[in-house]
Amino acid sequence: MHTSPWEKVARGAAGLLLLSALMIVSGSALAEESAGSESGGSTDSDWSHWHAGNDVKNIASLQRGARNFLNYCAGCHSLKYERYSRMAQDLEIPPDLEQKYFLPPGTKDTSYISSAMPAGDAETWFGKAPPDLSLMARERGPDYLYQFLKTFYVDPKRQTGANNMRLPSTAMPDVISALEGLKKPVYKTVGTEQVFDHFEQLAPGEMSAEEFDGFVRDTVNFLDYVGEPAQVQRRAMGVWVVLFLLVFTWLAWLLKREYWKDVH
Amino acid sequence: MASLHEHDGHSPGGMPPGSNPPPKKGFWAWLNKRLPVDEFISSQLTGYYAPKNFNIWYFFGSLALVVLVLQLVTGIFLTMFYKVGETTSFDSVEYIMREVDWGWLIRYLHSTGASAFFIVVYLHMFRALLYGSYKAPRELLWILGMLVYLALMAEAFMGYVLPWGNMSFWGAQVIVNLFGTIPGIGPGLVEWIRGDYGIADATLNRFFSLHVVAIPLALLLLVMLHLVALRQTGSNNPDGIEIKEKVGADGKPLDGIPFHPYYTVKDIVGVGMFLVIFAIIVFFTPTLGGLFLEGPNFGPANPMSTPEHIAPVWYFTPYYAILRAVPNQRMGALLMALAVLSFLFLPWLDRSPVKSMRYRGWMSRAALAIFAISFVALGYLGLQPAEGSYVLLARIFALLYFLFFLAMPFYSKFDRTKPVPDRVIYHAH
Repeated sequence: MHTSPWEKVARGAAGLLLLSALMIVSGSALAEESAGSESGGSTDSDWSHWHAGNDVKNIASLQRGARNFLNYCAGCHSLKYERYSRMAQDLEIPPDLEQKYFLPPGTKDTSYISSAMPAGDAETWFGKAPPDLSLMARERGPDYLYQFLKTFYVDPKRQTGANNMRLPSTAMPDVISALEGLKKPVYKTVGTEQVFDHFEQLAPGEMSAEEFDGFVRDTVNFLDYVGEPAQVQRRAMGVWVVLFLLVFTWLAWLLKREYWKDVH
Repeated sequence: MASLHEHDGHSPGGMPPGSNPPPKKGFWAWLNKRLPVDEFISSQLTGYYAPKNFNIWYFFGSLALVVLVLQLVTGIFLTMFYKVGETTSFDSVEYIMREVDWGWLIRYLHSTGASAFFIVVYLHMFRALLYGSYKAPRELLWILGMLVYLALMAEAFMGYVLPWGNMSFWGAQVIVNLFGTIPGIGPGLVEWIRGDYGIADATLNRFFSLHVVAIPLALLLLVMLHLVALRQTGSNNPDGIEIKEKVGADGKPLDGIPFHPYYTVKDIVGVGMFLVIFAIIVFFTPTLGGLFLEGPNFGPANPMSTPEHIAPVWYFTPYYAILRAVPNQRMGALLMALAVLSFLFLPWLDRSPVKSMRYRGWMSRAALAIFAISFVALGYLGLQPAEGSYVLLARIFALLYFLFFLAMPFYSKFDRTKPVPDRVIYHAH
C-alpha cells in the first residue's frame, strides 16, 4: 500500500487526538471518582489549594455530615431540593432514628429540608438571605466549601466579627467558632506586600484541629451528596453499562469482520 | 468484486445484495402493493453502492444520526417533566435530576448528547475538508450539511437557556445582544427576539417552543435533504475518486459495495465505539470538569449577579474567541458571523483539480493543518478570560482562521498535486 508519509502523520495525529480525548475523559472521570485521594494541604498559606478529600460512598461520613448540617447549618440554610425521606433512604438512616434525630418536631419525613429562618428577616439581619445549599457543591465544588469553612478568622472590622479567606467580607458569621475556636491571620512581608502566612489560634474550641477537620469534611461530603443524590448509583451502574458496550462492540466487530471477508 | 455477486451467504433473505427479491406472498405482498418498502430497501440500502474504501472518518455521518435520535428521544422524556417558566424551569430540572425515576440519566444523556453532537459534526466536517467532499458535484450536499450545522447551533443555544441557570441567563444575554450590533434594526430586533426589554420569561417560553418544535422539525427536514442529496451524488471517499465512473458489466460501480449489509455492520462497530466513550462521560463525569455542564449553571438565573466570566459551552468558543478578539463589538459580531458562514463558500474557494488531501501538495495540507490547530486553539481561548496574551493569541489564530478561506483560491490552485489513481485504494483486512 502506498501510504504517503503525510498520511502516516495524519493518522498518527488522529490517533493522538483520540488518545488525548480518551485521556481527558478518563482523567476527568478519575478526578471525579477519587476526589478524595488527597486531602487538605499542609500549610495555611496554601489554603486555596486545599482539597475537601471527601468520599460520597462513605455512608458513616455522610451520616455525620447530615447531623452536622442539621445542627449547625439548617437554622439558616435550606436544602430545598432534598427530602428528609430521601436523605434517610440514601444515608441508610432507620426510620426511628430519622424521627428521633433528624426530623424537626411536626415535620413530615417527605418534606424538603427547609431552614427555620424567614427569608425576609434574614435579609434584614445579614444584608443577604443565606443561600440554599442544595447545589452549592455543584456550583462551587466541594473544595471551595472546604476552604470556605476552614478559613474563617476574627476580624473586628466586620459587623459579624468574622471574615473569611475564600469569600472575603462574607455576610456569614463564624457559627462554627465554638467548635474550631478563634483564629487570626498572621501576615509576612514579601517585598513591599503583606502576604498571608498562617493562622494563629487565639482561643481553643471544643474540638481538636483533627476533629474539626473531620467535621468540615463530613459536612462538605454531605453537601456533595445533596448536590447530586444519584451520583453513587450513577457510577455503580456506569461500570456495567461500559462493560456491556465493550462486549457489544467486540461482537459487532466480529460480525463486521465476517461480512467484510467478501470484500476484496 | 465478482465474488460479491456470487456469495450470498450474508445478505438478508439469502438474496444477492441489490437484486430484486422474488414476488412475496401474504402480508408482505399486500404491504408492498401499497407502500414501496422493498423498493426503498433495495434502492437505498441493499442496492445503494458506497465506495469500499471508507476509513474511520466515515463513521461520523451515521453517528450524527444516532445522536440526533438520542436527542429527540431523551428530549421527549425531558419535556414530560420540564416546566417552562421563569419560576419553574430551574426547579423542574432539579426535580428531574432527583425525583423522576431515571431522570438524572435522561438529563445527562441529553446534556452530554448536545456536546457529542458537536464533536461528531465537527469531525464529520473535518472529514469533508480532508477529502474534498464539498467539491463538485457535492456543493449542495455540503451547503445542506452547513444548514444542518446552523440549525444545530440555534438548537443548542436555545436548549442551553432552558435550565434557566445563571449561565443560561447571561449566555442568552450576551448572544442575543449580538443582534443589537446590526446597524439600524439592531435594537428593535433584539427586543423582538427577547419579547421583553431583557432576557425574561417571554424569552424562555419562546426558546422552549423553538427548541422542542420548530428547530427539530427544521433539523429533520434538513437532515433528510442532506441524505437525499447524498444518495443523488453518492459518497465521496478518501481517494476522492468518483466510483460511478468505473462500472462493471452489471452496471454496478466496480469500487462500490452495497451499503447494506457492509456499511450497516461496519457502522454498528462505530456506534459501539462511540457509545463506550459516551457512556464513560455520562456515567463517570457528566460535567466533564465544567466543560459539558458549567458550574455557574447549577445556580439559578440571577439578573443581579453576573458570573465571574461568561463563556458559552465549548462548542461555540472558537467563534466566541473571534468575537472577543476584535475591539469593536460590531466588527467582532460581523467577523463571528463570517467565521461560521465562510464554510458555505468552500466549494467555490477551492480551485484544486483534485479532491482528496492524499493527492494534494504541501500547501493545501499545511493550510488545513494550520486551520484545524487554529480552530482548536480558538476554542481553548474562548474558554479563557479575555485578557493579556490570550487576546493577542486569539487575534493571531483568528487571522489564520480567515486566511485558510481567503487564501484558498490561490494556494489550492498553485499547489502541486499528485496523479490520482483510476481506482480507489483498498486492501482487504
